[in-house]
Amino acid sequence: MADIKEKISRLFPEATFEDGETLLVTIPDAKWHEMAKTLRDDEDLKFDFLVTIVGMDWVETLGAIYYLTSTTHNTHISVKVTTTDRVNPMLHSVADLWAIATIFEREVYDFFGIIFINNPDMRRLFLSIDWKGFPLRKDYDASPETNPVPTDNERQSDFTDTYVELPDGKIEKRQERVFQEDDFVVNIGPQHPATHGVLRFRTAVDGETIKKIDVYMGYIHRGIEKICEQLTYPQTLHFMDRMDYFSAHPYHHCLCMTIEQAAGIEISRRAQVIRVLMDELSRIASHCLFIGTYCMDLGATTMLFYTLRVREQILDIMERTCGARMTFNYECIGGVMQDLDVNFVKDVKELLAVLPANIKEYNKIFTGNVIAKNRLEGVGVLSNEDARSWSITGPSGRASGWACDVRKTDPYSIYGELDFKEIIRHEGDSMARFKVRMEEMEQSAHIIEQLIDNIPEGEICVKVPKVLKLPKGHWFRTVEGCRGTFGVYLESDGTVNPYRLKLVPPCLPLAAVVDHITRGEKIADLITIGGSMDYIVPDMDR
Amino acid sequence: MFDFSAVTTWIHDFLSSFLPGWLTVTAECVLIGVCLLLAYTVLALFYIYYERKVCAFFQCRIGPNRVGPLGLLQSVADAIKMLIKELISLNHIDKFLFALAPYLVILASMLAFAVLPWGNGLQIIDFNIGIFFLIAVSSIGVLGILLAGWSSNNKFTLIGALRSGAQMVSYELSIGLSVLTMVCFAGTMSVGGIVEAQRDLWFIVSGHIPAIIAFIIYLIAGTAETNRGPFDLPEAESELTAGYHTEYSGIHFGFFYLAEYLNLFIVSGVATLLFFGGWMPLHIPGWEGFNTIMDYIPSVLWFIGKAIAISFIIIWFKWTFPRLRIDQMLALEWKYLLPINLCNLVLMVLIIVYGIHL
Amino acid sequence: MEVTTKSMPYEAWKDNEYIEKLVKELQDNGTNVVVGSLDKLINWGRSNSIWPLTFATSCCGIEFVSLGAARFDMARFGWEVARSSPRQADFIMVAGTIVHRMAPVLRRLYDQLAEPKYVIACGACAVSGGPFKKSYHVVMGCDQIIPVDVYLPGCPPRPEAMIYSIMQLSRKMKVERFFGVVNRKEKQEDFLKAHPISEC
Repeated sequence: MADIKEKISRLFPEATFEDGETLLVTIPDAKWHEMAKTLRDDEDLKFDFLVTIVGMDWVETLGAIYYLTSTTHNTHISVKVTTTDRVNPMLHSVADLWAIATIFEREVYDFFGIIFINNPDMRRLFLSIDWKGFPLRKDYDASPETNPVPTDNERQSDFTDTYVELPDGKIEKRQERVFQEDDFVVNIGPQHPATHGVLRFRTAVDGETIKKIDVYMGYIHRGIEKICEQLTYPQTLHFMDRMDYFSAHPYHHCLCMTIEQAAGIEISRRAQVIRVLMDELSRIASHCLFIGTYCMDLGATTMLFYTLRVREQILDIMERTCGARMTFNYECIGGVMQDLDVNFVKDVKELLAVLPANIKEYNKIFTGNVIAKNRLEGVGVLSNEDARSWSITGPSGRASGWACDVRKTDPYSIYGELDFKEIIRHEGDSMARFKVRMEEMEQSAHIIEQLIDNIPEGEICVKVPKVLKLPKGHWFRTVEGCRGTFGVYLESDGTVNPYRLKLVPPCLPLAAVVDHITRGEKIADLITIGGSMDYIVPDMDR
Repeated sequence: MFDFSAVTTWIHDFLSSFLPGWLTVTAECVLIGVCLLLAYTVLALFYIYYERKVCAFFQCRIGPNRVGPLGLLQSVADAIKMLIKELISLNHIDKFLFALAPYLVILASMLAFAVLPWGNGLQIIDFNIGIFFLIAVSSIGVLGILLAGWSSNNKFTLIGALRSGAQMVSYELSIGLSVLTMVCFAGTMSVGGIVEAQRDLWFIVSGHIPAIIAFIIYLIAGTAETNRGPFDLPEAESELTAGYHTEYSGIHFGFFYLAEYLNLFIVSGVATLLFFGGWMPLHIPGWEGFNTIMDYIPSVLWFIGKAIAISFIIIWFKWTFPRLRIDQMLALEWKYLLPINLCNLVLMVLIIVYGIHL
Repeated sequence: MEVTTKSMPYEAWKDNEYIEKLVKELQDNGTNVVVGSLDKLINWGRSNSIWPLTFATSCCGIEFVSLGAARFDMARFGWEVARSSPRQADFIMVAGTIVHRMAPVLRRLYDQLAEPKYVIACGACAVSGGPFKKSYHVVMGCDQIIPVDVYLPGCPPRPEAMIYSIMQLSRKMKVERFFGVVNRKEKQEDFLKAHPISEC
């Protein structure tokens, strides 16, 4: 970390530093773009993975915190850029350096009203075009009168806004067409069986070939981040179940770890083992459902019923311990809510016994099928560089040859002690994404095998103060969810409520990249590609 | 073997004994029409139930079992509901064509019923170009689908209809050629003649290699003709919501729904006729006793039983295979099935010429 | 008249007062034998053939998938024909949160359904906003946009609860009139008048 600091301070004397778990660099906006370029391209730095952009409102200033990771050196850095202008806040865009920044910056604009100069697309992302105000600002008027439930169909613009910096330093607002005037635009979604929820693709097609896709999100944007600011820390936890409902356990794990780290709580070994067991069980269940729904999208409906059998078995195990089928709210600050069910070990062993045969059956029915091969192989190829630039993590990123498993790069909890393989494939096509998940189920089963006989005795939940106050400060943590890197940014001002809780969903990039990799493919491939990305819409919309 | 022509002749004689000639013909036509409609409905309802049960069986489920004994009345309940469901009238559509399309689809499958060999002497019309007629009328269906897709004024239906058009036109070639192969073998286009030619041995056995190839191709092309999985692109749920019939509600949708199942029956029925002897019982040369026992089973049962068995295979396809993409589907037809089919036709001719058949 | 479905004793149902009130209304109005038996036939068909629209916004949708799977198998009741096109479906199961941006879309879907159409508000979010009560972008209950027939609480409701809710809907259908007096439709029209939406 010291070398990075030294190098940056040599190149950018304006930068100020703040040590922490991740180095925080503060840089004036004027120098930001130049510094971002250096951070990305310099051989010693190589920060090629933009984890997220956290929009912030510190009342007197507005700003953004960029979390960057170097995939070659496995180092992390965060950069803070601020502006004092609250009426017309502007920062420089880095959309030309990291492709995913286009979407991340739109999100910040949507929530905080910060305009990013030179971003090619400055429309709102989650909220409708007529929405008044920027909801995550501290002075936002949340009364229902400002923004009543719309009764009319949503107004829609065919133009994007762009703020371009002219050579003389002036900012000019321009408008550009999203589609060409004579494009045949098919509206897919928000209510469409292929979009896996309420996502909307406006698709320009030429015959059956896709020319361009404009992704609309926000049809299930529930404003979880804003609600959390009014709740106490234990209350915020249950929203993790309702984002990516398949990764409920890993997401809970992540937020719990962040709060525990901030509050300085050490949890027992037993609780850690239970958490990891639950994470891996939910990973198997999640991948099972992925395989099922994916095959169903491709027309092989019967697979869904076979994979759901295994999923039901896992849900039974979880239900006996957590008391629910989907929204568990099991992990809590300090450990887990309840102890394991008495039959937990027996049930899990039964599952492990039937799993290999089931995976074999799935491969037999689908993977080897000639139609499946034709539909999947070579369709929607995402190169390694693109995966990094678009921040495609999780199984989809690993299918493009990028070793991005947080369990390996930054082992958290007890993952460092466990023996498992990170599945990496290099084809980058839909088939690779499918196979990675198939093989990850085996690895998860392998992790469970190692732990199931060695669940240590001990308390399941350490004593935590009834009213939990965190010290002032900010923390950022990532875990490996079922669909990719899930992160939590937590800023505390010393009270019982979080000042800002930013959730970094893996699914937002997964949906954003669809436009990039579907161009030139057929309409039917949109289903293949979108399905293989396996995004969960409530996760990206929050 | 009971000959149903005895019954039909008796009805004819009975009617003409007290009615003038033209009225007899009219009455018979009405009678046949009623029977046909009845058979049509019952078969369609049975097929819907059958598919739901078979698919449940593949998916380790139970399938309908609450409405009526064993759920047998499930599709009846569906039909009643569909009959009284609202017919939504849409703006900005071609109202006439929109309303016409489902009837065209139904008409096509209805006409095809006329030449199917239901049983010994139980055929509505048996003329010398029966097979030709069958191929001709079954092509009307695609017109209905194209109209439905185009007149709905909806992009999804339009894409669905165009896919369907491309698919049907292509696969009709394969159907035609594989049928032609068998017609060559039979030496006649008359449906009755083809059935009669299989009195001793079914064509699938006597025609051996080329017949089996023709059967496989026919089955693939037939699945495509009925728009069923893995060729269900025109109504690919995950891509085009409900394809060409997205905008249809109530009984108009019901017509499409029924026609889909009836087409399944017709395709299986024609396969039965061409490869498995139509209504002809299973005869094995030399086994006289066995053949006599087989003759005791009514010919209608033979025909419907065989058709249902072949439908089972087609349903099996649907619930197992993923869907093809449009370009792959066309490539399959033009690059593989068509050349194989042409070679197969030549092979069949050689076999006939040299008499190497059983 | 006890309204129930196959192999469910009348006492097993929870809100019988409501159904009894509906039945009483029906009996007060009276009808002749022919129309009455026709109604019975139609109601039998309708209540046994309830096709859902594939509509899901969040977690409840996944439980709806489970409902179709082998464990719970809604095909037993004939509900498995999930249509993707609203024109061909009989009811919407509003499975998941409805947010401001989705509200006009849901209303449109409802308008696209062919009569007779029904709505089940499935899950806490669709009933009342649920855990997102404090949110700035969530519609507090889908009954603000469309008329709801059955409310199904739970977060998400278990598949068994979903079966129960659809059975309740089926019971409601059994006491309807197709000929003569229509007891439900008027209320529905009142609702739609009170919640207008502009034509596009």
